[in-house]
Amino acid sequence: MRRRLLVAGLRRGGIELRQTVTNAADIIGYLFPVAILIVVLWLIGDAEVPGSSTSLSSYSLVSSMAMLLVIGGVASTAQYLTMDREDGTLLRAKATPNGMAGYLIGKVVLVSGVMVISCLAALIPGALLVEGLRFDGGTILILLWLVPLALLALLPVGAVLGALFETIRGAAMLMLPVTALTGVSGIFYPLSVLPGWVQGVAQVFPMYWLGLGLRSAFLPGEPGRPWQTAGVLAAWAVVGLVLAPGILRRMARRESGSLVAARRERALTRTM
Amino acid sequence: MYYIVDSVMDMLGTLVDTPVMEVSDLRMHYGDREVLSGVDFSAAPGEVVVLLGPNGAGKTTTIEILEGFRMRSGGHARVLGVDPADGDEAWRARLGVVLQSWRDHSKWRVRELLEHLGSYYEAYSTPDKKRPWAVGELLEVVGLSGAADTVTGKLSGGQRRRLDVAIGIVGRPDLLFLDEPTVGFDPEARRDFHDLIHRMTDVDSTTVLLTTHDLDEAERLADRILILAAGRIVASGSADELSRQVAGASEVRWTRDGRRFVHAAADATGFVRELFREHGEAIADLEVRRASLEETYMKLVREAEGS
Repeated sequence: MRRRLLVAGLRRGGIELRQTVTNAADIIGYLFPVAILIVVLWLIGDAEVPGSSTSLSSYSLVSSMAMLLVIGGVASTAQYLTMDREDGTLLRAKATPNGMAGYLIGKVVLVSGVMVISCLAALIPGALLVEGLRFDGGTILILLWLVPLALLALLPVGAVLGALFETIRGAAMLMLPVTALTGVSGIFYPLSVLPGWVQGVAQVFPMYWLGLGLRSAFLPGEPGRPWQTAGVLAAWAVVGLVLAPGILRRMARRESGSLVAARRERALTRTM
Repeated sequence: MYYIVDSVMDMLGTLVDTPVMEVSDLRMHYGDREVLSGVDFSAAPGEVVVLLGPNGAGKTTTIEILEGFRMRSGGHARVLGVDPADGDEAWRARLGVVLQSWRDHSKWRVRELLEHLGSYYEAYSTPDKKRPWAVGELLEVVGLSGAADTVTGKLSGGQRRRLDVAIGIVGRPDLLFLDEPTVGFDPEARRDFHDLIHRMTDVDSTTVLLTTHDLDEAERLADRILILAAGRIVASGSADELSRQVAGASEVRWTRDGRRFVHAAADATGFVRELFREHGEAIADLEVRRASLEETYMKLVREAEGS
């Protein structure tokens, strides 16, 4: 029974993943940040990170994975959820026995897949452009704990936000704080150039720590702070996992045909 | 109090053949606005119950409560022997739901979606009811074989509706809820759909609760028609019973010397007898029409809303 449900959820995620990688609009969505990143790397040229021998372009390439992970894990997850509520996909899951569990398993597969794809789409061409990346046993070892922890820290938070926003437009607004966070999380330049209090704020959020962890994995000589990184990400994971089930259940309970119809009505009047 | 009522109902349920649906004094209010003010009805296995009523009468609310999608404000409800407010997944597996409008899973292909959603019902297959419905056969039955590989977002309105019906029955439900299922159907699709409903009730003894604004459809499908107006059931019965209940006048039409006449008569037979006695051979093109379901419906709704 459990097994069958897991299989249904995994298959669901696989189908949705295939749909997104064969959809022109979605592909452009993945490639757009990559294009921007490549331009940025090209503009940075040979500059070096102040007080280090690491080139700024390799620093930015690796750190920007952290941004892509947060965009995928939080902003996209929230948008998928509001989208699926607006068009009734979630209600369909509710009308199907065990459909909600299958839906959530499928979403985790989809979002994780999209996160990995968007990172690889940036990393592979980026690696050809910059020098001095390392990829060895140490890299893999770090990724083995960092990536699952990142998923656990980001997805539940994304799901909670997705449940709280009523409209797709509301969820799309999430890109604003994510962009702001990118600016202060040491993604395109080291955190140390920012005022102390900004550094403090940035270190509350996962993006800074993801960036740090990824740099320690891919850049030779970049020290990581694995314990703190794991601690902060785990804290986010705990908060998310504690909040998410209740909030998702409340969202699912409220879902009904007339609610979906009313939302659709609002969406239609908005576009006119 | 409800607890006692429920446990008594449970005991009775094991003794006699339980109705598939049982609703009494069902109430629903949103804030101060009362939408349902005491709805009562029940449905037996294999019965097709059609819920008629003007927009805003509470049809969709009633259906959503019974589907377990909405919490009622008060009253008693049993669906397949369970309070819909605490129906579990095994209960859910015995229901089919077709809502008023779906546009979910717009990137999925028709066959893919039916296979996926059907897979959730495998665990609930029983010896006398193999679940889910085989997708190839199901596509055939709803007339979507030609569109099996179409992306659902690209289906026409009528095709999308057929898909909704297909999804509603993919788990071979014991009880099927259909909220305005034939909107957007052409006459042929409508007839296919009626055949499908007959087949499901005859072969699988599926119970059906259906809402529609199409009174011909109601007359054709319903074992029983319920008219919901102003938050309560104002009439219940077959189409014939309803028109008798209203005791509306029949309409008599005839021509005499090339002139057309129309007369509303409570006692049509007596009126016609009198007509022939008076004019004999001069009467031609005689037509007598019993109050149609439409007239009955209009009269009952007007009365309910007036009161």
